[in-house]
Amino acid sequence: MLSYILFTLTLGGIYALLSLSLNLIWGGAGMVNLGLAGFFAVGAYASALVTGAGAPLVIGWGAAIVVGLAAGLLVTFCTLRLRDDYLAIVTLGFAEVVRLVALNERWLTRGADGISGIQAPLKAELGTAGFNLFYLGLVAAVVAVVWFGLRRLDLSPYGRALRAIREDQELASFAGKRVLRFKFEAFALSAAIAALAGALYAHYASYVSPDHFQPLITIYIFLGVTAGGVGRPLGALIGGYAVVAFLEATRFMAALMPGLSPLQHAALREIMVGLALILVLHLRPQGLLPERIPPAPRVP
Amino acid sequence: MSALLHVAGIARSFYGVAALRGVDLAVPAGTITGLIGPNGAGKSTLFNVVSGLYRPDAGSVAFAGRDITGLRPDLLAAAGLVRTFQLARGFPKMSVFQHLMLYGPRQAGEGLLAGLLGGTAARRREAELAERAWGIARRLRLDHVIDNPVTALSGGQKKLVEIGRALMAEPRMILLDEPMAGVNPTLTGEIADHLRALQADGITICLIEHDMALIGRLCDPVIVMAEGRSLTTGAFAEVAADLRVQEAYLGRRH
Repeated sequence: MLSYILFTLTLGGIYALLSLSLNLIWGGAGMVNLGLAGFFAVGAYASALVTGAGAPLVIGWGAAIVVGLAAGLLVTFCTLRLRDDYLAIVTLGFAEVVRLVALNERWLTRGADGISGIQAPLKAELGTAGFNLFYLGLVAAVVAVVWFGLRRLDLSPYGRALRAIREDQELASFAGKRVLRFKFEAFALSAAIAALAGALYAHYASYVSPDHFQPLITIYIFLGVTAGGVGRPLGALIGGYAVVAFLEATRFMAALMPGLSPLQHAALREIMVGLALILVLHLRPQGLLPERIPPAPRVP
Repeated sequence: MSALLHVAGIARSFYGVAALRGVDLAVPAGTITGLIGPNGAGKSTLFNVVSGLYRPDAGSVAFAGRDITGLRPDLLAAAGLVRTFQLARGFPKMSVFQHLMLYGPRQAGEGLLAGLLGGTAARRREAELAERAWGIARRLRLDHVIDNPVTALSGGQKKLVEIGRALMAEPRMILLDEPMAGVNPTLTGEIADHLRALQADGITICLIEHDMALIGRLCDPVIVMAEGRSLTTGAFAEVAADLRVQEAYLGRRH
């Protein structure tokens, strides 16, 4: 039971990172990124492959961030003229491309078999129980650092300009903001955070395969950010943990329904997730911690 | 008086329909220049070309002696040319204060790293800008709504925010697209006073307006546009007496 709780909390941290990533780009800059699972996968594979080739863990994580940044820049470059629904469709396509490449380029990714035996830091030294506890702390620390940075960014002049671009990018450019620079930076940073989440995941699970990066993950993260509060890093962080808690809870709730086959249990869980999203949007569309307008500092 | 803004031979069509067919005009430095003309004359389109929203098909725009044809809006803002919009536009989820601050130029904290690290330069600049934003808010009597989102303002207050944030950009010249449209007469008078005060501060103003009495009181010179061309330029009384101008507004006598 304890290891299950530790697992859930660790996964919650990884989802919280993804939520922070989505909140930066969607809540901050207003760019709908349905390709989050793709950036997550890119980071996971990058770190798995680099450490698999014998590089130390830190290099693997660094590689994940760099590859995430590069993927983010590439996707932004390809979607410069797209907004809203169109951007969403292309990013969704990006995530599928990543998954299909992972599935088919067997020389690199070992296809559907996936990559197993990914280095788990200090697992030999700490034992399984110790490792789980250590990794939970590690993920929580990364979440805290990323949250702290993004909160600072949110409250800074950079965050203000990004928000203006979200609301009306044409008007933001008349306000003297170089819109493209902000979009490139924000998207790349967001992609890098998602990739880092992927790397953390890969070294925790010790195994990645294309199946781990279904588009559904992106939808879960949207659910989390919406529930937590779009445009507020703390809201996104809480939303990320909450969505994992909720997903795990549906496991038990579905099991309470008598006379269903395992397949029907799985379908029931999906139904509950959909229902939750509708309820959140209906009852509290602004989320748990809605975006705030910081008060003007009083100048004498 | 030398021209701060010089427009020469600007043409621009949309889907084969010519909106501008060679506009030539000059806005002298230090003036409140009125741009008038019947609906469809191309006044707003000209503003859109000058402010970098549309690229002209032909012609050139020079600002303070420098060619700015087709320059991006953010670069124009940095050069000191800012504009407002006919229908007051704003960022719905941002407060009046944030609008003002957003327009503040040279904020190093808008860099990604500087934003993350929050250095002293960014903080000092933020404090300077905050002081100016408060000053402008008081001047325009927006200080009591400074923390309200712009969506919660009255129509007149939205117009004032448009002017206020343009001022934050430290402009040399402001293009005002119908700053008094849909505003009550008292506020119209107030806005006119604000514009005169800006002129006294050395800011050149070019405004599109339909209220002729106001144009007569406020603007000198007045430029008349019709059918995508500049028709004539002069003091309001001269222009109003011009037969071609009367024809443009009222139609030709046959």
